[in-house]
Amino acid sequence: MDLISNLSLGFGVAFTPINLLYALVGCLLGTLIGVLPGIGPVATIAMLLPATYALPPVSALIMLAGIYYGAQYGGSTTAILVNLPGESSSVVTCIDGYQMARQGRAGPALAAAGLGSFFAGCVGTLILAAFAPPLTELAFKFGPAEYFALMILGLIGAVVLASGSLLKAIAMIVLGLLLGLVGTDVNSGVARFSFDIPELTDGIGFVAIAMGVFGYGEIITNLAQPEEDREVFTAKVQGLFPTKQDFKDMAPAMLRGTALGSLLGILPGGGALLASFASYALEKKIKSKPGEIPFGKGNIRGVAAPESANNAGAQTSFIPLLTLGIPPNAVMALMVGAMTIHNIQPGPQVMTSNPELFWGLIASMWIGNLMLIVLNLPLIGMWIKLLTVPYRWLFPAIVLFCAIGVYTTNNSTFDIWMVAGFGFIGYVFNKFGMEPAPLLLGFILGPMMEENLRRALLLSRGDWSVFATRPLSAGLLVASLLMLAVVLLPSVKSKREEAFVEE
Amino acid sequence: MNIKSQKDFCSGLFFMCVGIAFAWGASTYTIGTGARMGPGYFPLMLGIVLALLGSVIVFRALAIETQDGDKVGRWVWRPVGYIVGANLAFGVMIGGLPSLRIPSMGLILAIVVLTLTAAKAGNEFKLKEVAVLSAILAAGSYVTFILLLKLQIPVWPSFING
Repeated sequence: MDLISNLSLGFGVAFTPINLLYALVGCLLGTLIGVLPGIGPVATIAMLLPATYALPPVSALIMLAGIYYGAQYGGSTTAILVNLPGESSSVVTCIDGYQMARQGRAGPALAAAGLGSFFAGCVGTLILAAFAPPLTELAFKFGPAEYFALMILGLIGAVVLASGSLLKAIAMIVLGLLLGLVGTDVNSGVARFSFDIPELTDGIGFVAIAMGVFGYGEIITNLAQPEEDREVFTAKVQGLFPTKQDFKDMAPAMLRGTALGSLLGILPGGGALLASFASYALEKKIKSKPGEIPFGKGNIRGVAAPESANNAGAQTSFIPLLTLGIPPNAVMALMVGAMTIHNIQPGPQVMTSNPELFWGLIASMWIGNLMLIVLNLPLIGMWIKLLTVPYRWLFPAIVLFCAIGVYTTNNSTFDIWMVAGFGFIGYVFNKFGMEPAPLLLGFILGPMMEENLRRALLLSRGDWSVFATRPLSAGLLVASLLMLAVVLLPSVKSKREEAFVEE
Repeated sequence: MNIKSQKDFCSGLFFMCVGIAFAWGASTYTIGTGARMGPGYFPLMLGIVLALLGSVIVFRALAIETQDGDKVGRWVWRPVGYIVGANLAFGVMIGGLPSLRIPSMGLILAIVVLTLTAAKAGNEFKLKEVAVLSAILAAGSYVTFILLLKLQIPVWPSFING
């Protein structure tokens, strides 16, 4: 069978000692940074990206995937133990996880999160391996008009399914698209918006934006808030393993979470965040057994389901990226950035031109998941210690990593000035309530969108109706319009706002 | 005129200004036609869209009632200044400023300066603690970035290394 032979090719690549080592290092580093409160996966990946420059592409991507999973897992640990979601997708994990920790059941909660994530990761990897080839076939039928329409759908999907104000999110996308256009225009060779600065003719550094807005922006925002008294449950983590009853309760929740998460992850803009919210809502709808702890008071299902869902979603959101080359969320946008740094243009051709890379990456995702459970559950004590390190020691270190990281990207100080500027802008965004994730998506897609729009209109001799007359592109555009229309319906609108309000 | 949502009002204004600036900048390049787009076509389009979106956001901020006026809140300049400043200082230290004849001071000193400046952004500043922290960070970075990752960064001031 194709699936088996492909996967075995992948495992052949990923199971070399050196790549296993990179996966391990990635997971460790990712968890290390991800466990620090207030630093989400996007900031973590942006910060650690430079550490992978020197590696060969396959190893670099394997390490990044490890970092991603590690960061996500680290985020849940913080959520459960400190009631501080390190990232938006673990917001719901806080609700029941923290309550469990307060009742001295932090161990089972962490185990439920770990086991749920691992199970979901396995399923997600299989789905990814099974769906990637047919989708890639489809992608080869895409012309420029279809690609343009697909990007519109992806961008609209990203904002529709995200939280916050729709209009502002769309405006942030457009702003990102514009920033992505800075630099030399490939068709005419004109340096656009470069103000005669030679460094700007290459475009704005992707790492500078990501680190400035996410890294520095988050630090400044954290420092601006008065220090809260954090209650860390360090002493009470004992009896890691869940009881038999726990297993009985969480197994079906894990299954439901995985199914829902895999489905939502494939949708453009879906990914981990939506998956975890939706699965928590689903678990709450399902009738509790008599004698079960109610939700919000430390129900293990409330930890297992969203954690499975967010990992499944994280896994399947690689599908649009690897097959179509379109990042569905900010984390994937960073992965695109990493790929382009290694001279890989993400898209359907990756699977045929670089099969080792493609299947190696897929296999290493599974390995990354495995490492997390093998390593992190026993090491949990160490991660917890990290939580007790005061923030005033952490943030100078984070600033330093960002500064060194951005400097080593091009060995140029210009990027350091840029990241300082974007750090300030990141704070302004935060003050004005502007969500930065769509900006990053737009930034990555900007040049691609322009290129495809140009080609599409060149082929149609300037006739805009080409987007409506080609069936595939028309379908995609109608789908994006429908998405917008549905969100703007009053009944859905209030539901959407409700769904993202922290409970 | 009453601003009902300060945050939205400000962000809308921001989008409008940036959109207009980009559109104006784009109009100085060749626009071209749909079939043969010049370098200005797409940015001009996007700039106009952004400015329009911004104006809608501003309008809504003036028209739609919010519960608490959605205040922007106090600007906290201290962390902003010190974090951004630390970063800028790091850049100056590591790269030098040829225009002002400031030589490159190398990684180790840059780390010390960055840590000292950044630590000022916090609520507590204990010189002893920060000194220890900067020593640890400098040693750690030297081992990771120079010895292990073998990155090409000047380690010591250029006038010592020559």
